[in-house]
Amino acid sequence: MSWITRLIEGPKKILSSRQAEMPEGIWIKCKGCGETIYNKEMQRHHMVCPKCGAHARISTKERARFLFDKNHWQEMDTELHSGDPLNFRDQKRYRDRLKEADKKSGTGDAVRNYVGAIHGLEVSSSMFEFSYMGGSMGSVVGEKIVRAMERAIDRHCPFLLVTASGGARMQEGMFSLMQMAKTSATVNRLRESGIPFVCLLTDPTMGGVSASVAWLGDVILAEPGALIGFAGPRVIQETVGETLPEGFQRSEFLLEHGLIDAIVDRREQRDYLHELLGKLNQKPYRH
Amino acid sequence: MATYLEFERPIAELTSKIQDLSEMGEDSGINIAEEIERLREKRDKLVKKIYREATRAQICQLCRHPDRPYFLDYVPLLFESFQELHGDRAFADDAAIVGGLASFHGRAVVIVGHQKGRDTKEKLKRNFGMPRPEGYRKALRLFKLAERFEMPVLTFIDTAGAWPGIDAEERGQSEAIARNLMELANLRVPVICTVIGEGGSGGALAIGVGDRLYMQQFTTYSVISPEGCAAILWRDRKHAEEAAEALKPTARDLLEFGLIDGIIPEPDEGAHRDLAGAAREIDRVLTSALDELLQLPADTLLSQRHDRLRQVGVYEKS
Repeated sequence: MSWITRLIEGPKKILSSRQAEMPEGIWIKCKGCGETIYNKEMQRHHMVCPKCGAHARISTKERARFLFDKNHWQEMDTELHSGDPLNFRDQKRYRDRLKEADKKSGTGDAVRNYVGAIHGLEVSSSMFEFSYMGGSMGSVVGEKIVRAMERAIDRHCPFLLVTASGGARMQEGMFSLMQMAKTSATVNRLRESGIPFVCLLTDPTMGGVSASVAWLGDVILAEPGALIGFAGPRVIQETVGETLPEGFQRSEFLLEHGLIDAIVDRREQRDYLHELLGKLNQKPYRH
Repeated sequence: MATYLEFERPIAELTSKIQDLSEMGEDSGINIAEEIERLREKRDKLVKKIYREATRAQICQLCRHPDRPYFLDYVPLLFESFQELHGDRAFADDAAIVGGLASFHGRAVVIVGHQKGRDTKEKLKRNFGMPRPEGYRKALRLFKLAERFEMPVLTFIDTAGAWPGIDAEERGQSEAIARNLMELANLRVPVICTVIGEGGSGGALAIGVGDRLYMQQFTTYSVISPEGCAAILWRDRKHAEEAAEALKPTARDLLEFGLIDGIIPEPDEGAHRDLAGAAREIDRVLTSALDELLQLPADTLLSQRHDRLRQVGVYEKS
């Protein structure tokens, strides 16, 4: 039984596009141009403003729905949950912050793993959920990314990473920092296995996530206008004490400086990825 | 002129008292040797007590003590014939990272370390030990050199973090760090990393992935500085002490978590008062670690390193 028939025959596990989250309200105000836009119109444009092209932040479920073939995607590794190895407490306990985040964004932690099909091509994917503690990377995020990479190797399918993160999760201290090493180390396994690894950087991708697995893709793509960088603009401003240049750390700035391969509009990503992965998978000179 | 931190003050006071008394003794000819001896004993006890009982916030200060030895202070004590190799072959030579070929008890090794600066001029030259992408790319060039010529790599970590500047972003700070993490994980020679001061987040980790990770007794290694953490989670840098407690960044904490292989003891008065003593302890630990790792075939070395990295993390399953 192929994985696709398994998905189709096991309807309980399938998330239909109707179940996926829909933003509330009939009208949405675009954060780019300030125009009020009919929600259904925004949905049809994959939450990209039809007037100015600004890409709104979206949940992983919405993204999966936009990216994958209808009824051909499934969430994986949902059994993993954050521990609290430091017994961390700032003004709130870490455990309470986790509970709040679970309530707000669902219990998937800051990354959700999927197996899905893009125009029939199977991919293993990790997608960051920015609304879950700022998409911060702790032990669960690191473990999930590594599992999604290992799944890609096992299934001989490409690995797609979609990032949206403020960086490493402070509340897990050095365990979080070490996830940078753990995820980056596993990229070597992908390369040894000849598995294509494509990163799609979305708004925002900063700090420890940017400075590890996000920048190790064979091909690195970004959504238009996304804030992407190592240090946050405020930190840089405080350090250098001068005004930051217009468009600093935006996707277009990175493209100009040769740091990413291409910028791809969300509405074209499905077709773009299908073509790209098809080429990377073909290997006409394999011996 | 030695610098004393607030909590080291009692030591400073006793030290100067002893100093005064010894001078007085010489001047007046009165025999006060007994009193001096008594004060010395008192001082020794005090020193041990103060450092043994140092809080996490105090250790965060000790790891960046202005008198703390830097990488280049240790180099002549640990290695014979160091030859510094410069530049990333692409853009510049970043003086915040120093590296080259050295001899460690007769064995050729590649050494790479962060370098802060002692005086203002050197601090500026070294950018306060905060590397730019070209620094990490120089380090990577040297790691690959070590691999080609089958030499072990020894790294020495001491940075507040990678440089958060416009130029660094333009040249791909993230990419430079990320690539080092990946390449170090796969380098086919032994890599031993030692924190000798401040282990500042990704900027430290970029030369910190290896087969062994050691920390000197009064050093820290943290995902974010206590000040940075306080600014975000408490919205006020004044809460840095609480953040230091919460982050658990000291050598003792990280050994308890199983994230490091060992603590390198420092002399009673700390590395900042006894460079030679501190160097002897580092030498002892690195020598035995290297003896062990040099026995392992590259495939074993790599699979052990991979397993170490694969299993790091704490999570629950439902």
